[in-house]
Amino acid sequence: MPGKLKVKIVAGRHLPVMDRASDLTDAFVEVKFGNTTFKTDVYLKSLNPQWNSEWFKFEVDDEDLQDEPLQITVLDHDTYSANDAIGKVYIDIDPLLYSEAATVISGWFPIYDTIHGIRGEINVVVKVDLFNDLNRFRQSSCGVKFFCTTSIPKCYRAVIIHGFVEELVVNEDPEYQWIDRIRTPRASNEARQRLISLMSGELQRKIGLKVLEMRGNAVVGYLQCFDLEGESGLVVRAIGTACTLDKLSSPAAFLPACNSPSKEMKESPLAHPPSHGCRSTHNSPIHTATGSRLTQNFSVSVPTLIYTGMGSGSAGKEGGPFKALLRQQTQSALEQREFPFFTLTAFPPGFLVHVGGVVSARSVKLLDRIHNPAFVGIMGNTRSYKLLDWNSFNSDEPETRDAWWAEIRQEIKSHAKALGCHAVVGYSESTSICEEVCILSASGTAAVLNPRFLQDGTVEGCLEQRIEENLPAGCGFCHIPYDELNMPFPAHLTYCYNCRKQKVPDVLFTTIDLPTDATVVGKGCLIQARLCRLKKKAQAEANATAISNLLPFMEYEVHTQLMNKLKLKGMNALFGLRIQITVGENMLMGLASATAVYLAALPMPGGIQIAGKTPSDGSYEQHISHMQKKISDTIAKNKELYEINPPEISEEIIGSPIPEPKQRSRLLRSQSESSDEVTELDLSHGKKDAFVLEIDDTDAMEDVHSLLTDVPPPSGFYSCNTEIMPGINNWTSEIQMFTSVRVIRLSSLNLTNQALNKNFNDLCENLLKSLYFKLRSMIPCCLCHVNFTVSLPEDELIQVTVTAVAITFDKNQALQTTKTHIEKSLQRASTDNEELLQFPLELCSDSLPSHPFPPAKAVTVEKASPMGEGNFRNRSAPPCANSTVGVVKMTPLSFIPGAKITKYLGIINMFFIRETTSLREEGGVSGFLHAFIAEVFAMVRAHVAALGGNAVVSYIMKQCVFMENPNKNQAQCLINVSGDAVIFVRESELEVISTQQPTANCQQSCAGGEVTT
Amino acid sequence: MTSELDIFVGNTTLIDEEVYRLWLDGYSVSDAVALRVRAGILEQTGATAAVLQSDTMDHYRTFHMLERLLHAPPKLLHQLVFQIPPSRQALLIERYYAFDEAFVREVLGKKLSKGTKKDLDDISAKTGITLKSCRRQFDNFKRVFKVVEEMRGSLADNIQQHFLFSDRLARDYAAIVFFANNRFETAKKKLQYLSFGDFAFCAELMIQNWTLGAVGEAPSKPDSQVDDMDMDLDKEFLQDLKELKVLVADKDLLDLHKSLVCTALRGKLGVFSEMEANFKNLSRGLVNVAAKLTHNKDVRDLFVDLVEKFVEPCRSDHWPLGDVRLFLNQYSVTVHSLDGFRHQALWDRYMDTLRGCLLRLYHD
Repeated sequence: MPGKLKVKIVAGRHLPVMDRASDLTDAFVEVKFGNTTFKTDVYLKSLNPQWNSEWFKFEVDDEDLQDEPLQITVLDHDTYSANDAIGKVYIDIDPLLYSEAATVISGWFPIYDTIHGIRGEINVVVKVDLFNDLNRFRQSSCGVKFFCTTSIPKCYRAVIIHGFVEELVVNEDPEYQWIDRIRTPRASNEARQRLISLMSGELQRKIGLKVLEMRGNAVVGYLQCFDLEGESGLVVRAIGTACTLDKLSSPAAFLPACNSPSKEMKESPLAHPPSHGCRSTHNSPIHTATGSRLTQNFSVSVPTLIYTGMGSGSAGKEGGPFKALLRQQTQSALEQREFPFFTLTAFPPGFLVHVGGVVSARSVKLLDRIHNPAFVGIMGNTRSYKLLDWNSFNSDEPETRDAWWAEIRQEIKSHAKALGCHAVVGYSESTSICEEVCILSASGTAAVLNPRFLQDGTVEGCLEQRIEENLPAGCGFCHIPYDELNMPFPAHLTYCYNCRKQKVPDVLFTTIDLPTDATVVGKGCLIQARLCRLKKKAQAEANATAISNLLPFMEYEVHTQLMNKLKLKGMNALFGLRIQITVGENMLMGLASATAVYLAALPMPGGIQIAGKTPSDGSYEQHISHMQKKISDTIAKNKELYEINPPEISEEIIGSPIPEPKQRSRLLRSQSESSDEVTELDLSHGKKDAFVLEIDDTDAMEDVHSLLTDVPPPSGFYSCNTEIMPGINNWTSEIQMFTSVRVIRLSSLNLTNQALNKNFNDLCENLLKSLYFKLRSMIPCCLCHVNFTVSLPEDELIQVTVTAVAITFDKNQALQTTKTHIEKSLQRASTDNEELLQFPLELCSDSLPSHPFPPAKAVTVEKASPMGEGNFRNRSAPPCANSTVGVVKMTPLSFIPGAKITKYLGIINMFFIRETTSLREEGGVSGFLHAFIAEVFAMVRAHVAALGGNAVVSYIMKQCVFMENPNKNQAQCLINVSGDAVIFVRESELEVISTQQPTANCQQSCAGGEVTT
Repeated sequence: MTSELDIFVGNTTLIDEEVYRLWLDGYSVSDAVALRVRAGILEQTGATAAVLQSDTMDHYRTFHMLERLLHAPPKLLHQLVFQIPPSRQALLIERYYAFDEAFVREVLGKKLSKGTKKDLDDISAKTGITLKSCRRQFDNFKRVFKVVEEMRGSLADNIQQHFLFSDRLARDYAAIVFFANNRFETAKKKLQYLSFGDFAFCAELMIQNWTLGAVGEAPSKPDSQVDDMDMDLDKEFLQDLKELKVLVADKDLLDLHKSLVCTALRGKLGVFSEMEANFKNLSRGLVNVAAKLTHNKDVRDLFVDLVEKFVEPCRSDHWPLGDVRLFLNQYSVTVHSLDGFRHQALWDRYMDTLRGCLLRLYHD
């Protein structure tokens, strides 16, 4: 009994009218945790009830604390009939379970109903008393910190980066249970929401256990996803990177690194297996158990492209003894791990040694229905949507999913090895499901890492020094990790244009963010490759075969498009590459997004040449040369636009001549690594020159046209899908995060691949144009972390969801140092563009007068006060000047420009369902989804504010599943979002503090955040 | 290819002032797009018509969702769904409740009932303001009226507190509510030359001096506070006004009053002879207006009477405004020197307000 959860229901406001006769509501609240329920008194006839309840106390296991959400239901009391539910609030109490995060959850939460949306707000205070039984709760993995951020969180220091952790849990989807036929949509939605909440909690706890097992204390780059497999169930899976983190500026940071985690590990989790069990881990082999099952399932493994690569087996034969030494070190650190994967996309300085290239793997699977008689029996008896006990039956179900992923990861690992790399960074996994077909995808960047961070700080010594000596800043990661003398495929290497010592490839593709020390010429830009392929409708195996046959061609074309567009921009490297393949009933969609840059270390890219098939008649020739001119012009224009003027380097110094266009044909070779039963597919460009576009049919013409139709953003706008825009570092403080969704209906008649491609291309381009137009008041600005998601909800529907953040920057001063940047932004705040900064300034001015603290403490004003109403009610005076709602910023980035994150309050992971049976009345599909997304934002902000935070960083909308049935006037949408709740302080305000309390400004402002009631 | 669904949701709700104005003016999405195109936005931004259409739709949808909250502005401040900076919230409220001069002149003093609402078509046709916008403005008036109707205390303050208006707007609404409650006639042809500002000015003076709330310290009967303090004219005061009749009914008093005024103004007034000739008519007019205010019907006709009995005669004799001011001052001050007249306080309460109103009403 290691925890006591205390909940107090304070008040409600803006409740809906539940009694038509009196236009009022008799509201009361049920507070439920696990199987215990408390109720408040009924507050008669009010839309703003003041319950002011006692503290409801739940004495619970820490395991339950981790798994279960606190469930608050607001109801309308009815003497004669059943009480009507007004809505619910689910509160994840996980942030209260580790000491450094929030200490209290207190604030106004929107009361949410899956049919009606937000219906008023409720003020709740939640606290947890954990008993000082540290060893005990280690077993439940309380205390392991989770971060969505894919880099080491600010205000922490990575002591050790342990590596990959993953887990998945499976359950029946309540929506597909027989009971769903007789219960209301509301009950069904709530069952689903609650189940997913439970499963997420369980998943997080299990991942936590694995982290403890690895002697870590945190998970960074935590990514949790749902697979809605329909009839065959619901999978919740998560991956992340286990780390040992130390809080910066705390004296404990200087303890020997390996001590702190192990000290608390007197009792190994293995010695005391938790009661619920850490059921499936990849460390224990599962292949034997699932072998037979696998054969039942139809499974096609798709040959995978390695964008730059070489045959395996050459890892040991090195160019120099140093490389070998380094490799041995790294190897020893990594070889203990089954999967040396890291979900991080940005790294501590020195961590990333070399980058090999993108590795990816896909596999097409058929989802099996669960026809287990025992299963059905139990469902019939319990009639509940409680989490099923996996140990009793159906237990090999998740094993199947585990095995699928293990297979893919194994493939990724072997690809990485082929590139002479021991690790994969920027690793992510995704699925696309249509009916019973599922495409599993994984991708990452093969890399060589510095062992220093991977071990317990013992290897530090001469080796490390040598590494640093040998790695010139800004280009080291570009140097090839593989052996240049023993390449089974032709690839073109040159000496690094930066240090001129090591070899570099001519083009580099990665899934990570641009390393901070990389030398970049000019600015970067967002590049997208878009592709559709029609496929015949088919069933089961035939369908899966059709899809897996199409996949390699799609990969190839996506890759060609990316390469051509990169050349067209005059750049030579891609970062943040993300290729999404979406499967639908009658088509496949591919969308690749990346940020293109010009790396100073890599050679200047050659142009694109166009060749006709047989130069016969004059007009054709003319046409060709016209096209060629257009392309050359575009390249020249782009170079100007993105300020790409690499310094001239005389060829002698480089030692290797810049190749002629004709020679370059060999540079880009995609090597196909096919696995299993699939015949070898040659996905390389064969004998053709990669950069010579042959216009031999209309298809090719289309391709060239589409190359040229991509319009650059209007002046003053930049866009990228990485954290920051290469070449811009003078950000100002205004940010605007947004989500935009578009669905188009294709005319079903005579759909051709070309028409489909054009439609899809237009959809994406128009969407971007709309964004530029909408955000025009923020110019000059940059759209960062632009994240496109494509789904095919129905036969003729294409849905594209975009989440990004627009950040303003100072156009005039391209300053390099942050110090001067701060000064500039301050200066700017006082002088120009009042409108731009009105928001933050006004917020300060309204809350400042009520702040009895000296200016040093005023830094906390920008965050929402968790004190709730009491505080606000006292203020009345000038209307409009005081808003009671604190501002919460949201951003998909891991930082907030012009501000310092002083504290991480915990992970936000929320899942909502919204359904309507009056679609027209709610403004049609657009009105419905617009309102829902706005509500989701509101609920995220409310939770963050209640934790005492003022921002969500690394925010991501992982899922937005929208289904409509206009004929029935119905629609349903599921949204899953996550991020890290933080407290931030403006840098300008920080300076005020640091002059007064130069030592401990971090703790200072953190303490300010923990306002207790 | 048709767009089935097209939305944009920002963490901070984007408000385009220009589109907001078009929405408030009651234009349909397509009209609004056309107007924006005409304003040259495509050339300025290089956007396409489709982008503009999508953007306009999006803003309209947002405004539509905000409208519910705008009906009770404090809700806009406390709600959590739309994150809007305070300055923007104020702008949304202020613009939503702003009204057109042409429209308010049409409904000022009318009962804010369903009947009037039916006439909105005509008003729309007459003023050229879209029916949608007319409806919004009418509903705003009615909504504010309903909320403050039963409240005690300062009308303008109540409005400001419940609707978070700026001072100016709150005072305008106080006038509108006051006029609607007392049903002052403002539509007669004679009154067409008056602006809303003229009436609002008078309303403010009347609220300050002629209502129950104006008495200041709690009225003699604290339990009789069913009456709205600021909305209704002080019945007792209106009854008492009958007593002023003596000023014109008693011939001696009238003559004395006239001679005192004439003595004081001789040589100071450009229109002295006209004044002298008209004094009794004017005085009778002003006092009779007071005496009649016991009847609701006559209260309604207050402005018609004032224009008929005072403004028009003076205007036909081409009195300059300065002379009107001198005359009215002297006219009301002189009463204090009439020994036989006992209702000095009553006279001041009546005449101070009336003088202010008349001066405001006296223009072309």
